[in-house]
Amino acid sequence: MEDRFNAYLLRSEDPGLDSGPLAGRTVAIKDNISTAGLETTCGSRILKGYIPPYDAHVVTLLREAGAAINGKTNLDEFGMGTTTENSGYGPTLNPVDSSRVPGGSSGGSAAAVAAGLADLALGTDTGGSIRCPASFCGIVGLKPTYGRVSRYGLIAYANSLETIGPMARTVADVSALYRVISRPDPRDTTMQGRPYEHDPVASVRGLRIGIPAEFFGAGVDPRVSAKVQEAIETLAGCGAVIVPVSMPSMKYALAAYYITCTSEASSNLARYDGVRFGPGGESQRSWHDAFTAVRGEHFGEEVRRRILLGTFALSAGYYGRYYGKAQTARANVAGDFERLFGSVDLLAGPTMPTVAFRLGELADPLSMYLADVLTVPANLAGIPAISVPCGEVAGLPVGLQLMGRRFDDETVIDAAAAFEAEVTA
Amino acid sequence: MVDESDVRRIAELADVGIPAEILPTFTAQFNRILEYFDILDTLGDERTGERSLHTVLREDEVCQSLPNEAVVANAAESEDGFVKAPRVM
Amino acid sequence: MSDGQVIIGLEIHCQLDTKTKLFCGCSTDYRDDGPNTHVCPVCLGLPGTMPAVNRRAVEFALKVAKAFHCEIPEECEFSRKNYFYPDLPKGYQITQYDRPLALGGHIVIESEEGGEKKVRLTRIHMEEDPGRLVHCGGGSRARYSLVDYNRSGVPLIEIVTEPDLRSPKEARRLLAKLRATLEYLGVYDYGKEGSLRVDANISIAGHDRVEIKNISSYKGVEKALTFEITRQRSLIRRGASVDRETRHFVEARGTTTASRSKVEEHDYRYFPEPDLPPLRVASWVDDISLPELPDARRERFMSQYGLSVNHARTLTGDLALAEFFEVVAGDDPLLVATWVADILLGELNYRDRSIATVDVARFRSLIALRKAGTITDHSGVEVLRAVLDTPEEPASIVERLGLAVTGEDIVASAIAEVLSEQPQAVADYRAGKGNALNYLAGQVMKKTRGRADPRDVGRRLTEALAE
Ligand SMILES: [Zn+2]
Repeated sequence: MEDRFNAYLLRSEDPGLDSGPLAGRTVAIKDNISTAGLETTCGSRILKGYIPPYDAHVVTLLREAGAAINGKTNLDEFGMGTTTENSGYGPTLNPVDSSRVPGGSSGGSAAAVAAGLADLALGTDTGGSIRCPASFCGIVGLKPTYGRVSRYGLIAYANSLETIGPMARTVADVSALYRVISRPDPRDTTMQGRPYEHDPVASVRGLRIGIPAEFFGAGVDPRVSAKVQEAIETLAGCGAVIVPVSMPSMKYALAAYYITCTSEASSNLARYDGVRFGPGGESQRSWHDAFTAVRGEHFGEEVRRRILLGTFALSAGYYGRYYGKAQTARANVAGDFERLFGSVDLLAGPTMPTVAFRLGELADPLSMYLADVLTVPANLAGIPAISVPCGEVAGLPVGLQLMGRRFDDETVIDAAAAFEAEVTA
Repeated sequence: MVDESDVRRIAELADVGIPAEILPTFTAQFNRILEYFDILDTLGDERTGERSLHTVLREDEVCQSLPNEAVVANAAESEDGFVKAPRVM
Repeated sequence: MSDGQVIIGLEIHCQLDTKTKLFCGCSTDYRDDGPNTHVCPVCLGLPGTMPAVNRRAVEFALKVAKAFHCEIPEECEFSRKNYFYPDLPKGYQITQYDRPLALGGHIVIESEEGGEKKVRLTRIHMEEDPGRLVHCGGGSRARYSLVDYNRSGVPLIEIVTEPDLRSPKEARRLLAKLRATLEYLGVYDYGKEGSLRVDANISIAGHDRVEIKNISSYKGVEKALTFEITRQRSLIRRGASVDRETRHFVEARGTTTASRSKVEEHDYRYFPEPDLPPLRVASWVDDISLPELPDARRERFMSQYGLSVNHARTLTGDLALAEFFEVVAGDDPLLVATWVADILLGELNYRDRSIATVDVARFRSLIALRKAGTITDHSGVEVLRAVLDTPEEPASIVERLGLAVTGEDIVASAIAEVLSEQPQAVADYRAGKGNALNYLAGQVMKKTRGRADPRDVGRRLTEALAE
């Protein structure tokens, strides 16, 4: 099938195996996940031509499960964006409306699944990069608990925040893919040895679902709020107990997120110097000039902006005010979730404050950052969160976000399955 | 607030080239973002939660290294099994 | 602190003798292999790779910390030190910054006055080594460099002392003690390239401090410091000021030169390594049992073998030497101590050889011959040299060179001959010139070709002259 949406950076013809839990299923892989022998660019010109000599752990697991890997999907360069317009290889279009962005940064994976080019896809979620495009493209996307899927082979943007996760058209498929990829890996020592081995049970009966007021505040499109409120009523109709709650730390979450991710990124992206991989510099220049030239030429503007922000946040004299404070805010977000999960089983709200933007609509960096405000709290705390389609506003999909306790991805998936069953029935 | 010379200094520290023509816009955007970060100035130092992760250790067992050809395969230039890099003087 | 006092603090990097690197499974034993042959995606810093901490490296570091009486905090953490350099694959080094493995502690050394001195430690932390750069195109005009990542990720500990050292000699003693302790602990292989590297901070009281970087041999430390003291003192004497700067030690010339790197302080932007959450290893310390360490062994050598403190200190200053001594000590430890500490070590030094190259069985035969009186100390040295330089058995060396002590006749006749041949010396002796006796004794020794015991010759010569 033709890729009319620029979902893929590279298409491949891996037949997969005859047996295994994913035999006969096609899987698209976000291009920030290393695939041995297949060019892996992370959407960046600085990795043009880079062919990893190894498979990411999740790719090994997919191959063993019989999956037919059918290509590498487009993304915002190094995952830095909310629209997939920041790719070094052109934007991906939203299959629902090709004048709109698919969301990001896993926009290629979401578009591939939404357009039927792949049954399943792997995305990665640093501050909403799975849930945002799932919401914008009308599919299901799960950000697992931090430490449940090996990140070995995931090209790091912000290590302490990000995780690989499943994307698909149904909750059952998301669950099936999650089962395959959450196997232990000694190479990722932040893994906590808690594989996901669950079969979804479509029920929310008796579950207490908290609705944080902050998720319906200023900046959230009232039409989106209304759609999500409807979805919450649907859950109540299925036997869930709805509890209004408050998350005071929310006002710090976005700043804490952007300081943390840019700080980590400024360091993670230091290795792209043109020496061991990627387009080389001129080796006869002195090293400082050669590195600066290579990095200036091949990194896109948003990547350079985030490297500079992170470098600044970590620099002498500013560390305490920025990075240090961000870690305090982060701890408080985690503390808020812990407190709330003492009295509720799940939290619900919109995934994104709006429906999909028009291409080019978010030209200003800060306004793009603000779009992540509802997804970043889950990354700061490392908790599981899913986006499941809950209807449309002006013909564009809206996502319901469900968040759960750390390592309780099972309840999140069960509730999403219950909602999905109710609305598709 | 930062000015253009601050941005240039940070760019130098990060070994990232910022062309002179985009420096003014870049600096203005940078300041809008920093202004947004100012919200953290209203936050105290007390923490209500903590991340309780701990590193799992690895046994001291030798694993297969890459063949030399694979090490130099992705390098722009190599020589006699070494990876070629810019001069350091 | 008295004016003009020398103040020295050291930062010592030691390579831990683990099988694999600090964060990946690549072997650290690359001595005989070509460049970039002990490298994997992790230590090459390929995109997507993650560090996984080597348990044994942590155990080794904790052993060292325990041996030096450090405090082990409940949690420690790895941080990233961000800077660019062509030998640094990730653009940062994973090290420990504000939460190191160990704090405080001390190392006991022999002080200038001969007593004991405690040199306080600031901290001990773990870190990874960068790769190795080869400069190409001829010296400072190099057009490019070549990188070998075999060393990248090798585990190091950095031991930082307080500025408690007062002379280059004390600095050398500290390093010797440190090295011996690491060897006793079994965490260190002195044979590995660059296994011990030192940065030294040195100042003259009341003046600015200079850092000398990257002294790669431990003999170099004493040389570099001695040079630096002379340089700083002469600046001060001329009324000039000592610049606060970083200098490099030029081993070949035994001098230090101002570093050409940027004068400004680096901004390393340290922050916690996000792929390695904190380590909780303090509780392991209780399970670590330390072997007998150099100080304890020295005390034992004195009590068990009756050795002098100097012999005991020398013999326990190196693990292989101490073990060699214990193997050959036999039933005459004092004789063996003298032979090993006073004679064998000198011969080995002269040949730039290690104790490991000495054939234990033949050394024992030599000691047996000496103990039986078959050879004198003097001819024993000749036999020892042949033992070191040839594969010949000591008994056969003695016979071939005719070195066996042959009873008193030869001494008696030699004395008789010398007395008749040297009337002037005899007259001088009788006139009270003391060194005439030494001259005559030398002539007797010459005639006996060293087979006689010099003390015996002296005694009998005096008797003969008295007649
Ligand atoms: Zn390795």
